[in-house]
Amino acid sequence: MTEVNLVQAVNLALARAMEEDDHVLVLGEDVGIDGGVFRATDGLLRRFGAERVLDTPLAEGAIAGLSVGLGAQGFRPVAEIQFTGFIYPIIDQLASHAARLRNRTRGRLTCPMVVRSPCGGGIRAVEHHSESPEAMFAHIPGLRVVIPSSPRRAYGLLLAAIRDPDPVVFLEPTRLYRAARGDVVDDGAADILGRCFVLREGGDVTLIAWGAMVVEALAAATALEAEGVGAEVIDVATLKPLDTETIVASIGKTGRCVIAHEAPLTGGFGGEIAGRIAEQALFSLLAPIERIAGYDTVIPLPRLEQLYFPDASRIADAARRAMAYR
Amino acid sequence: MAKSAPRAKSTTPPKTKSQAKPPGKALKSKTAAKVPAPTAVATSDRILRYYRDMLLIRRFEERVGQMYGMGLIGGFCHLYIGQEAVVVGLQAALGPEDQVITGYRDHGHMLAIGMEPKRVMAELTGRRDGYSKGKGGSMHMFSRAERFFGGHGIVGAPVPLGTGLAFAQRYQAGRGVTVCYFGDGASNQGQVYESFNMAELWKLPIIYVIENNQYAMGTSVKRASATVDLYRRGESFAIPGRQVDGMDVLAVRAAADEAVEWCRSGKGPMILEMKTYRYRGHSMSDPAKYRSREEVNKVRTEHDPIDQVRNRLLEGKLADEARLKAIDNEIREIVIAAAEFAQESPEPDVAELWTDVLEAI
Ligand SMILES: Cc1ncc(C[n+]2csc(CCOP(=O)(O)OP(=O)(O)O)c2C)c(N)n1
Ligand SMILES: [Mg+2]
Repeated sequence: MTEVNLVQAVNLALARAMEEDDHVLVLGEDVGIDGGVFRATDGLLRRFGAERVLDTPLAEGAIAGLSVGLGAQGFRPVAEIQFTGFIYPIIDQLASHAARLRNRTRGRLTCPMVVRSPCGGGIRAVEHHSESPEAMFAHIPGLRVVIPSSPRRAYGLLLAAIRDPDPVVFLEPTRLYRAARGDVVDDGAADILGRCFVLREGGDVTLIAWGAMVVEALAAATALEAEGVGAEVIDVATLKPLDTETIVASIGKTGRCVIAHEAPLTGGFGGEIAGRIAEQALFSLLAPIERIAGYDTVIPLPRLEQLYFPDASRIADAARRAMAYR
Repeated sequence: MAKSAPRAKSTTPPKTKSQAKPPGKALKSKTAAKVPAPTAVATSDRILRYYRDMLLIRRFEERVGQMYGMGLIGGFCHLYIGQEAVVVGLQAALGPEDQVITGYRDHGHMLAIGMEPKRVMAELTGRRDGYSKGKGGSMHMFSRAERFFGGHGIVGAPVPLGTGLAFAQRYQAGRGVTVCYFGDGASNQGQVYESFNMAELWKLPIIYVIENNQYAMGTSVKRASATVDLYRRGESFAIPGRQVDGMDVLAVRAAADEAVEWCRSGKGPMILEMKTYRYRGHSMSDPAKYRSREEVNKVRTEHDPIDQVRNRLLEGKLADEARLKAIDNEIREIVIAAAEFAQESPEPDVAELWTDVLEAI
């Protein structure tokens, strides 16, 4: 067991997956010699060689398209897109091809590819380098969407994503890369995709979050505890397929919930979760569902980004509003 | 690098049915007649002007680097140090009807165009008086008045956008030309070739300037490009290309004159590959594992664009030390004033978070 940060956990998982299966390839801009913008692929080129760790030309669309072709041949490409702001051109490849290959070929071809990309804000990096487009991917049938919130989850979920037979979009919260530290056992054990994790139990209000917002939700729960409010914190982890059961069970217990995400409110994945709760747990609700999200604007100005991104205090305030319903 | 680059390698388009005269040939003879050896054309005033404009960019960028280090500038920030001759030489060939678009390494372009250093700096520090109200930062500034269309963070994006700008110019039937800058890395994006095709098909007045500084982040041209003579990238569309020593401002100017003339006279697009070099890291955080210190030092000492002009001025007795010193002082004052302005300008109002998304929300 070693204490690592989130980016090191990603690196460990990649190395482990490459070690285990020589069909796992890593490709992307500057993933080789530079070891990636955030050093997530550091050392892989030296260890596994240029046939398996490809510094690609600057061409996101082709990186993704190539991965679909590789996947169709039974390879397990893990493509890195340097920031989620550059991921939009590959939505074409993912939506039109990766996500539909299984269906279109009636199961004869599959696409076991992973697209990794740092997501979210909090590093004062402005437009293109701070966005959270997870809901766009979740909207596409045939894709899995995964976002870890700790080194341990990053390790376990990334291994699961690479071993999964279908395409996975794996978004890594940039601001946790170095800030989140924790013990990771590099034993090759994967987490299960499609499951939410209850990180903290509580009986009064359920805080639902993913990625960097999980850390904020946990901080909010601590603040609420001091006020005598028991907050249950759920790390969604896999947005798609969504583990509605765990969420509904928690609402059944607490009757109140706050959903937090960095992405803009409108069309955000919080709306989907709220919809599921309304469908399956309406009569358990004691208070309206609260959504705390980014605003419906372009990603923030560097100096004011802390105002844009939801934080523990906004989440706690929402929980207090919910608690006001008795 | 620049040393091995002949002053003007060119690729001329093959003969096509619709063109009685192959454009390349016509161009060649014209060029030969019209553009004598660059030094002969350049008056001392002109060269002094280039010296000043390049020095402004150099000193401005050095200051930006310091201020970034002090935490006064947030976000991503890419310096133009080493590449000054490219924008200065090109801008000198442009007129008031021409327009410019570039990528994220854009400070030099704005200064060369004549945008205000203090407002560029204020944008870098994220202040209200910046060109984007402090909301854009290093990569995203614009000025309609100066016909500067950004400042774009997405690699390759200026190419189709610039092609659209040029389409508008042709539609308006003016004389205007668009100068569209992008990097060697960007030249591997697919959208570049979709744009090339349209530009030649519709004979759009656009100069595609490939700033080949040898690296895209940590990836050298050789490792990323199947063919490294980027000026030939338009060949299959019959777009003429020139390879230019982008460390020599006079060579850049001469090539720019030719390209502007080509575009203005309705012959369609042209590609200029500028062989250049960036001295600093890709952005302010760069592990610099991909090249040696010796390589950087060699270019700095043997090919520096500013030193070259300085030596030309002194050796040709076009200016004396005192004159150059006076320019240095003028530049220093401008940069100091910009830095002060950029720290004094107020931060954007919180309400700015919600502005400029739609006309009304
Ligand atoms: C579409 C896209 N992909 C990746 C990036 C990240 N990125 C920023 S600059 C850069 C390298 C570009 O190199 P080049 O075009 O040669 O320009 P230079 O930086 O050398 O000026 C990369 C990969 C980006 N901004 N946009
Ligand atoms: Mg480059």
